Amino acid sequence: MITQSKTSRRNFIKGVIASGAAASSSAYMFGVSGCSNQQVSTGGVERLISLNVNGMTRNVDVLPNETLAMTLRYKLGLTGTKLGCDRGECGACTVLVDGVNLYACSLLTHTARNKQITTIEGLESSDGILHPVQQAMIDELGPQCGFCTPGQIMSAVALLSNNPNPTRDEVRRALSGNLCRCGAYDHYINAVMLAAERGI
Amino acid sequence: MAKDMMPAFELYQPDSLDNALELLSRFGDRSWIVAGGHDSFDWFKDRTKYAQYVIDLNNVNELKGINETSEGIEIGAMTSLTEIELNDVIRQRYSLLSDAVSRVASPQIRHIGTIGGNLNQDARCWYYRYGVDCYRAGGNSCYADTPEGQNREHCLWGASRCVAVSPSDVAPAMVVLEATMVIASANGLREVPAEDYFIGPNIDIERMTVIEPGEVLVSIKIPNTWANAMFYFEKVADRNTWDFPLVNISRAMFIENGVVSRIRMAAGAVECIPRRLSVVEQVVAGSELNEETAELASQAAIRGATPLNFNHFKIPLLQNLVKRALRA
Repeated sequence: MITQSKTSRRNFIKGVIASGAAASSSAYMFGVSGCSNQQVSTGGVERLISLNVNGMTRNVDVLPNETLAMTLRYKLGLTGTKLGCDRGECGACTVLVDGVNLYACSLLTHTARNKQITTIEGLESSDGILHPVQQAMIDELGPQCGFCTPGQIMSAVALLSNNPNPTRDEVRRALSGNLCRCGAYDHYINAVMLAAERGI
Repeated sequence: MAKDMMPAFELYQPDSLDNALELLSRFGDRSWIVAGGHDSFDWFKDRTKYAQYVIDLNNVNELKGINETSEGIEIGAMTSLTEIELNDVIRQRYSLLSDAVSRVASPQIRHIGTIGGNLNQDARCWYYRYGVDCYRAGGNSCYADTPEGQNREHCLWGASRCVAVSPSDVAPAMVVLEATMVIASANGLREVPAEDYFIGPNIDIERMTVIEPGEVLVSIKIPNTWANAMFYFEKVADRNTWDFPLVNISRAMFIENGVVSRIRMAAGAVECIPRRLSVVEQVVAGSELNEETAELASQAAIRGATPLNFNHFKIPLLQNLVKRALRA
């Protein structure tokens, strides 16, 4: 007999991160300097700021040297945004800032103040209906392992909002800043073409 | 590469150029200017370079935008590469520039990466980036120009202890368009022609431009001189996205009565500065464009090239790019 746990692995991990219970593992993630409150800032930006994430105002304590990817994942629990290379070389952390797709790993959170931040979690509508690009990814079996998928989707959403009827080449170019180590590029392009066909 | 925080710094986000310059003179050599951030944050994350005070120019709106003037156009240094790529005036009159910026890095980087940041980016030699004590980093050796050194991306000309190249796709286009760099400091503004803006290791091995501490590049003026010329841009890199050029070429040209009346060419990634191909210009000016001219020009283009162990391929590559630029 296998009993299904009420807490999924994903939610458990998110809960642990949000509560800071996994002290040792977070120390590993953040290295020696730490994403902790021990750093003292004597000048410059305020640390307690409001961010507009997925249409909600989120109050959060942000260090001056903190990237948006760190804030989203480890302060706000929005782990759909992945960290691949942390150097702006893979695209897994792609989010929308004022509708423009950017690498969240290479943007200071403080630079994204007063802007609308959209992550993969913010794409579905409030009644849980997936964004057309997300649905098309499922229907076309776009992802293989799925790690780069949130980033690919964010780039596709940014493309389709500017260009609702792209050519295959335009899709290829728009997704060129997102690496896929499985090599599922053609499937991703199929999905974006399908989403465009269905209309957003 | 660890996925962790950058070392702590104090962040300032001035909303005017005056405030930025004031911060810069207050903090001096402990400060670091961030534009798009893609070059800066890599240095910080890798612990190779560090600054105590980081001045983020993203809120300085006066440094953003493209304006038409009677002499040409003026581009604010904080204008994003995407904005330049999509600007109608630039696409119509200076398509060399829109073509060049469209080949920089990846879409996401172009969306926030700025023209000022691109022109002021640091050398891409991986030994230097790795944080070794090479000449450019203030040490007393070069790790790239050794029998085992991996130097296929490095220079053909202008080696002077350091063999790194200018990594920018936009810089050679600026040289071709005879752009002027406007630099601000607490003492006011000064203007430097693009051709003199970039400096090699023989002049200063620790920086790649004439920008002095306390100075900021504020805008780039592009004169009417080459507006609506026949342009050619081509970049060859190992990968189509993200990658820096192995060689790139920019050309502006006017043809009158079947012969080339004016021409200006420059190549990137073959020297520490964008290399103006003056000899090619001299060969081509006044000639008809044909295979013979292209052949002569390609021979002239490589005069004096001194390859390192692993970058001999750049010589035929540059020759072929010159030929292609003159056939197009």
